Amino acid sequence: MTADHSIRPISISVHAARLSYAGAALFDALDFALPAGQTTCLLGPSGVGKTSLLRLVAGLEGAGAVVCSDGGKLPGRYAWMAQQDLLLPWLTVTGNLMLGARLRGERPDRARADGLLQLVGLAGRGDDRPASLSGGMRQRAALARTLMEDRPVVLMDEPFSALDAITRYQLQDAAAELLAGRTVMLVTHDPLEALRLGHRIHVMAGRPARLDEALEPAGHPPRDPRDPAILALQAELLTRLVSAKAATA
Amino acid sequence: MSGRAGIPAPLRGLIVAAGLAAAWQAVVWLTGAPHYILPAPGTVLEALVENAALLAENTGTTAAEILLGLALGTLLGGASALVMDYARTVRRWLMPVLVVSQAVPVFALAPLLVLWLGFGIASKVAMATLIIYFPVTAAFLDGLRRTEPGWTDLAHSMDATRWSALRHIRMPAALPSFASGLRVATAVAPIGAVVGEWVGSSSGLGYLMLNANSRGQTDLMFAALAVLAVLAVALYFTVDRLLVRALPWIAESGAEHRINA
Repeated sequence: MTADHSIRPISISVHAARLSYAGAALFDALDFALPAGQTTCLLGPSGVGKTSLLRLVAGLEGAGAVVCSDGGKLPGRYAWMAQQDLLLPWLTVTGNLMLGARLRGERPDRARADGLLQLVGLAGRGDDRPASLSGGMRQRAALARTLMEDRPVVLMDEPFSALDAITRYQLQDAAAELLAGRTVMLVTHDPLEALRLGHRIHVMAGRPARLDEALEPAGHPPRDPRDPAILALQAELLTRLVSAKAATA
Repeated sequence: MSGRAGIPAPLRGLIVAAGLAAAWQAVVWLTGAPHYILPAPGTVLEALVENAALLAENTGTTAAEILLGLALGTLLGGASALVMDYARTVRRWLMPVLVVSQAVPVFALAPLLVLWLGFGIASKVAMATLIIYFPVTAAFLDGLRRTEPGWTDLAHSMDATRWSALRHIRMPAALPSFASGLRVATAVAPIGAVVGEWVGSSSGLGYLMLNANSRGQTDLMFAALAVLAVLAVALYFTVDRLLVRALPWIAESGAEHRINA
């Protein structure tokens, strides 16, 4: 169930992305790419426009050309995961997983929802309402809902930042395993999270913002945070982030 | 809510009622007010028992007016909010009309409604409907327009149509607001019915009070008032309980806006 049958990875390139906020350009003529089947992380100081860039890729705001490698369009082929779990409080956990099908007027696949709940460690909680789950469990449910959509592209906006350290660590493991093979764009403010999960890591800085050359750590996600090489890269990323903050302010 | 203090809520209510009655009796004793100005609680209780059948019959009329008004006002209010949410043009044209309609006191409209709809139940139902319509419309529309933006993004990623997002996300999400509007409406609904009865009617608690007043039966007037109060409170708590039961997730998720505590 992990590496999905139907998923054919696509890469995405964004050209001339542009977004102004209150008259000032957050970013302008920005180009970047999301390689097929890889996780691209976006780090940067708050307010630099990371989330806006993610929303631009999703077609929620801004202007720019979002081109998929197979010539198709991105809407309808991406799944969305945000910092808040966005679970609907009136639906059960299973109901939340089947929300996409309901919204599209399709037949919801309950068996698949149950399987995904098991996969994220929520077996037996399908009939509970979100309010009865802990923060970590709710975010697991959100991850399951994201997987339920079964899309080749996954856009994630600080999905684990509201969780405690241990829960975050466990969910990063789960996400790395379950999202393998998909084209993922992950916005985060945690350098270690980017190093654990990302194939490519960009730091976004400046006004209008630019992306630096991608950092490509060796090995496969989820990487071991105790690995000295990873810790050295974390130090480097922190240095980059400090200068990014100075460049953006 | 109950459960926090040692004394259960119903008992607390009884104690408060008994305290008020005692204060009332004390005023009667201290001032020596004649019974046709301020009857003692015991006298009112007597009038209540003596006129039980009469009171019951008129309570039925008033209750029917309130319930019909509540049903109509809620339906119309809910539908208006949906239409105004869906069509921006309609909202732009209708919202000022709504606000102006609220600026005109319903009491001032009562004689007109009686003139147009007659002395029967219709004019009172119309009054109650009018008074209920606005809080329901305003609260529901407000709820519909304040959908959590994250849910809208999620719906977008799931290729929701405008209609399916409304049906599966925005409408249920607005139900807590709708419920608080309905609670306010329930609290004010009896006003509409009774004012209608005062202007012109042949039955109902308001009619009974007016009639008793003109005949100097102050005790009966007080008895009718007491019944009206009990009716209003019972109605409010019934609606409140029904809403809590119909929307259990509101209490669980803390998304509640209740006016009682």
